[in-house]
Amino acid sequence: MARLPELDYASEADRICGRLRELTADVLRRRGLVVAMSGGIDSSVCAALAVRALGKERVFGLLLPERDSSGSSSQLGRMLAEHLGVAYVLHDISPTLAAIGCYSAQDEVLRRVLPGFGAGWKFKLAIAEAMAGRIGITRVVAEDPAGKRHEQRLSAPDYLQIVAATNFKQRVRKTLEYFHADRLNYAVVGTPNRVEYDQGFFVKNGDGAADVKPIAHLYKTQVYGMARHLGLPAAITSTTPTTDTFSLAQGQDEFYFGLPYPQMDLALWHLNHGLSAAELACELGCDEAAAERHYETIRAKRRTTAYLHSSPLLVVPVPEVA
Amino acid sequence: MSDIRQQVRSFIEQNFLVASTTELGDADSLLQLQIVDSTGFLELIHFIEATFGVQVADEEMVPENLETIDNIVEFVGRKRGA
Repeated sequence: MARLPELDYASEADRICGRLRELTADVLRRRGLVVAMSGGIDSSVCAALAVRALGKERVFGLLLPERDSSGSSSQLGRMLAEHLGVAYVLHDISPTLAAIGCYSAQDEVLRRVLPGFGAGWKFKLAIAEAMAGRIGITRVVAEDPAGKRHEQRLSAPDYLQIVAATNFKQRVRKTLEYFHADRLNYAVVGTPNRVEYDQGFFVKNGDGAADVKPIAHLYKTQVYGMARHLGLPAAITSTTPTTDTFSLAQGQDEFYFGLPYPQMDLALWHLNHGLSAAELACELGCDEAAAERHYETIRAKRRTTAYLHSSPLLVVPVPEVA
Repeated sequence: MSDIRQQVRSFIEQNFLVASTTELGDADSLLQLQIVDSTGFLELIHFIEATFGVQVADEEMVPENLETIDNIVEFVGRKRGA
C-alpha cells in the first residue's frame, strides 16, 4: 500500500503551535482553548497541540457522550484529559437530545421503515458507491436484539429526517463548547482533518463551527503520524475512525467517503498535486476508470458541500464589515 | 417516449429548483450542473418508481441510467419494455 510522503512532525508541530498561540492571543484575543474530546484521533491531536501551544492550564476539555456513543469514547477522552493534565468535565447530552426531539424524530422513521424496530435495536446509515461506480444511495442498516441484520433503502424525506435528527448531536455539543468558552473567555477549537474539511464532512453550526481549526491542513494519515510524534496513548493512536454518531458502529468510509481513510488520503493528495487518474490507479491498485471516479466523487462533494463553508450570504454587501 | 421525457423534465425542473440561468439539455449531466446531489437521486429514484411503476435495483443506480434526461428516458423505456 502506497503512503503519503512523511512530514517532519517536529517542525510541523512547532509551526502549528506557534500559529495557534498567535491566533488565540492576537487575533481571537481569548485566554485559552476549549476542546471537545471524543477519544478519536483528530480531537486528541488538537487537544495535545493546544496544550503544547498554550500550556495545560489554558486548555479546557469536554467529554460529551450521548445514548448512542460507544462506551469507549468517554473512556478514551478521560484517558487523554488525564494524560495531558487538563481540566475537563463530562456532560452526558442524552437528556438534552431527548428533550429537543432528536431520538423521537429518528426513531419515528426507523419504526416506520423497519418492522419491529424498538428497544435494544442498533442502527447506522451506510452508502455503497464509488467502488462499483454507483450513485451513492443511503441505506439504513439495523441489528435487532437477536443480532439479525436488516437493511432498507430510505426515501429522501426519511433520510433527511434521520440526518436532521442526528445533527442535533453535533449542534448540542457545540452549544456546550461555547458555553464553556464564554464562561472562561476561551476560544473553541474545531477538529476536522483535511479530508473532512475539504469534503464537507461536518455539520454546519455543529462540529463545523469553531474559532480555530488547527489540523484542517493535515491528511488523516498525517494526523496519526502527529499523534505518535506527540506521544499520545497507544489506545488512541491505534483506533479506527468511526463517526460515533449512530448506535451501530459506523466507519467514516461507509457513511461518507466511500474509501477507507489511507486510500482517501492518497486520492485527495494525488488530486491536489495535479497527478493523473492513471498515477492514482497505480498507487491504489485499481483501474484508471475507478481512479477517475474517485476524483469525480471528490470534486462532486466539494461542489455540493461548498455552502457548508460559507458565512451567511448577504443580498447587498456591507463593506464596512470584513 | 416523449411523454416520459416530458414528465422527467417537468419533475426535475420543478422539484430541484433549477436556477433560471441554467439551460438544461437532455444530454446534460445533472451531476455536473449540480442540479441533483445524492439526496436528489433518492428523490429521483422515488419519482421514477412511483410514476412509471418500475423498481430500480441497487445495481441499476449508475450514472449510465440516471445522469441525464436522455439516460433516464432510455432506462425507463427499457424497464417498461422488459
